Amino acid sequence: MLTFFLFAPAIGALLVLFLSREQEQHSRYVALLFSLLAFAASILVFVNFDPAVEGYQFVNQFDWIAPEAAGFKIQYMIGVDGLSAPLVLLLGMLSVVSVLISFNVDKRPKEYFAWLLILETAVAGVFVSLDLIQFFLFWELELLPMFMLISIWGTGRARYSAMKFLIYTLSGSALMLVGFLVLGFEVGSFEISRIAEATLDEPLVPLALLFWAILLAFLVKLPVFPFHTWLPDAHTDAPTAVSVMLAGVLLKMGGYGILRIVLPIFPEQAHDFRYLLAGIAGFSVVYGAVITLQQKDLKRLIAYSSVSHMGYVLLGISALGALGLSGAALQMFTHGTITGLLFVMVGLIYDRTHTRQISEMSGLMHNMPVIGTVMLIAGLASLGVPGTSGFVAEMTTFLGSFEMHPFATIAAISGVVFAAGYILWTVQRVFHGPADEKWAHLPDANQWWERTAMIVLVVAILVVGIYPSLLTESIQSGIEPIARIFEASA
Amino acid sequence: MSGWDLIHHIGPAIAMLIGAGVVITADVILPRGRGSLVPLTLLSLAAAAIWALWHAGAGTDSSAFAGAVVMDRFAVYFILLLTIVAAAVVVASLDWAKELDLAGEFYALLLVATGSMSLLVQGNDLILIFIALETTSIAQYVLVGITRRDRAAEAGIKYLLNGAIAAGLMIYGFAFLFGVTGSTSMDGIGEFVRAGNEAARLPLTLAFVLIAAGFGFKMALAPFHGWAPDVYEGGPTPVISFLSVASKAGGFAIALRLFYTGLGGGDTFISQDWALMFGVFAVASMLFGNIAALLQKDARRLLGYSSIAQAGNIGVGLAAVAMGSTLGASGVLFFLGTYVATNLGAFFAVIAISERIGSYQISDYAGLIKRSPVLSAILVLCLLSLTGIPPTAGFIAKIYIFNSAVQTGEQWLVAIVAIAVINTAISAFYYLRWARTIVLEEPKDETRFSATGPMQAMLAAAAIGVIFLGVVPSPLLNAAQRAAEALR
Repeated sequence: MLTFFLFAPAIGALLVLFLSREQEQHSRYVALLFSLLAFAASILVFVNFDPAVEGYQFVNQFDWIAPEAAGFKIQYMIGVDGLSAPLVLLLGMLSVVSVLISFNVDKRPKEYFAWLLILETAVAGVFVSLDLIQFFLFWELELLPMFMLISIWGTGRARYSAMKFLIYTLSGSALMLVGFLVLGFEVGSFEISRIAEATLDEPLVPLALLFWAILLAFLVKLPVFPFHTWLPDAHTDAPTAVSVMLAGVLLKMGGYGILRIVLPIFPEQAHDFRYLLAGIAGFSVVYGAVITLQQKDLKRLIAYSSVSHMGYVLLGISALGALGLSGAALQMFTHGTITGLLFVMVGLIYDRTHTRQISEMSGLMHNMPVIGTVMLIAGLASLGVPGTSGFVAEMTTFLGSFEMHPFATIAAISGVVFAAGYILWTVQRVFHGPADEKWAHLPDANQWWERTAMIVLVVAILVVGIYPSLLTESIQSGIEPIARIFEASA
Repeated sequence: MSGWDLIHHIGPAIAMLIGAGVVITADVILPRGRGSLVPLTLLSLAAAAIWALWHAGAGTDSSAFAGAVVMDRFAVYFILLLTIVAAAVVVASLDWAKELDLAGEFYALLLVATGSMSLLVQGNDLILIFIALETTSIAQYVLVGITRRDRAAEAGIKYLLNGAIAAGLMIYGFAFLFGVTGSTSMDGIGEFVRAGNEAARLPLTLAFVLIAAGFGFKMALAPFHGWAPDVYEGGPTPVISFLSVASKAGGFAIALRLFYTGLGGGDTFISQDWALMFGVFAVASMLFGNIAALLQKDARRLLGYSSIAQAGNIGVGLAAVAMGSTLGASGVLFFLGTYVATNLGAFFAVIAISERIGSYQISDYAGLIKRSPVLSAILVLCLLSLTGIPPTAGFIAKIYIFNSAVQTGEQWLVAIVAIAVINTAISAFYYLRWARTIVLEEPKDETRFSATGPMQAMLAAAAIGVIFLGVVPSPLLNAAQRAAEALR
């Protein structure tokens, strides 16, 4: 099942590539079919996932590269636990949404959908890999589709942004590979759980150095201040669907990496540096929020709000307790749906007005009631109004982190106030006020694929907001083993 | 040992050298017989490969000519690699050779170069190594200048001058080695080194630095890389494609052999000096090659600098070998195997494309994906493999060779690996910038084109190799490990 989820998009990508030039227009339906198949598989995985059972489920494993001489064995090993199951579901859902809102892509549609599907497989690989080298393989594989998608179908300074994204990620992950190789050498295996169990005494490289070498890649991806500068550029210039994927799942690779790899393998180092991490997180939240307030471009605005919101994830992680970690994991899921939806809405607005400048818009509510309403829902969820998933996640995070990091938490809570400011202010400027003649002829969200994409995400946000234990059960079963490490040491 | 046994040991080389003679004779006595040149060349390459496989099938490692020539799985691995490269180049350059008035010489010299290089990888004696190395070098000097155009002639002379200096330094080093150890045979040298005479350390180190100059020239390893960009740009591209992989493979093969047999592997008193030396060369190569490649606008020059940088990557494996890594030697062998597919693919695509668009400027590659989708896709694939992005062969090769360095448990090697992976990020900039030009920019004109049949076949083979070795690396990996074991 999991293997099917992992490779269905890649197979779809191959099929799309083999379509002839005349059939090019059908590529979107092929892409939709395969992303739906993957979504169905991800739902099945999530539903059949048993939170009561600890450890990995749906494990599929064989030796991929096992040469005769010892010292270099790479497994194909996938599986999900409570941590990755929600992310798998999120990825399945957002991929369908991404394909749907790309239905109006006319420029080289064949290649576009092929890259989009490959991107899905790459990210899926990161979430389900249980072998460090395999994890790294998928981590690197994700670069290429993103690079191509941003540079070919992007707008503005797309090439600059794509290259910046590439260089940041590649430089960040370069040292991660060294870290993985050293770990593999010390333990004699690249299997994540075996490395986590092993005790590393007298390592080749000081553990603190190794900790930072690996953590850096994830901090860049998350991203937090001061490694965030690639994100606004990439978001602004990327096509809508890519922004959705980027905000929705790619950033989660960073948080997921910390939870899955860094914390279990380096608990002591994480404990040693927890104040620094909380400081970075708190600063990121406030800094991101303040910068967000000043944005004039809708996409940049949401991009910076992502920096702010991903700060919560790091804050929850740095608390190193069950509650904070759960909050962080939940925040990853909810941010994926909420910010994904926000980017969908901005994309729809841009498709109609062909501008993203907030100052040029006014009174859009008059002829776009649906878009306006959904945008408001997403906005409210983003600032954490009760009843939406944003509230549950932020609340859990703050509760978890307050005891250990009171100051950082208070700073982060002020981020919520800022969020209320920039979200409501933006909605007011864009949708309310006098109707502008210029925009009077514009249609509302009238295509079935646009509406479907919105509905899926709105439902996800509200359901998790009202009935969070749908997710939290699974997340807690994934967080428990990690939290236990820290309770034991504390 | 009977005469047949002797011949049997150097069979592959003989097949190719006789082939060279037949080709050149056929060219002279059959004035209209140019059509027979290619089949004859391929035939003699096939004979050499089959002969090598015969040895592999027999599975015995043995030596002949008083130990000067060894035939082991290590040699077989390289002979197969070299014959594959030569055959691929012959097929891919069919069109180019039709225009060449010295086609007979081209095929003959290619056979001489390949034949003597296969003797080189079997060499177990300093004198034989020197003669084989010089024979292949001289054939390559002429090959570089074979079109007799100004640029090619200039490149040929540059290559010759650089090569002559490198050869001079190397023979100087050989002389030191002989002077210190009293033997030209690797086995004899090995015995001396294992005896561990600390007083001999300085002259031995000196000898190795000098010898490294000769090998480094073949590998295009900094600081002996000076010739590469100019020769790559000026020489005929089919010849360069041969040179870029075969010459590099030969250089690394003989360096490995000298190290294992001549220096007794990774546990003698001088192995650390050797490791340090290649570590420094590798770092210099990667840094210089990558940074210089960032500035290149010509496809051939870019590949030239990239070849220097890649030599640095392989050099990491050499340093690892010397620190006693069990995976270092097979890492070098495996990397070279994937490099054959990757670099030949890139070169062949450049040849096929530039022949049609009449330019090697990277800016003229703009929008080629619309004009020639398959050719462009293969070139992009090879560039990805050179960068080391999965799921290509380059990814596995890099991980494997870096892993071998970490395996030694030496902190300074871990530091070198860190430098190497950061260099990978630098190299992504120019490789992917090139790929982006091909995929992204608007073409200058819309005429569509594709490569000719034989070239297409070779490109397809390279592309399949790059993907196959990236997804199912185990067969080549096992072959490389078995070949490396023969050295111990």
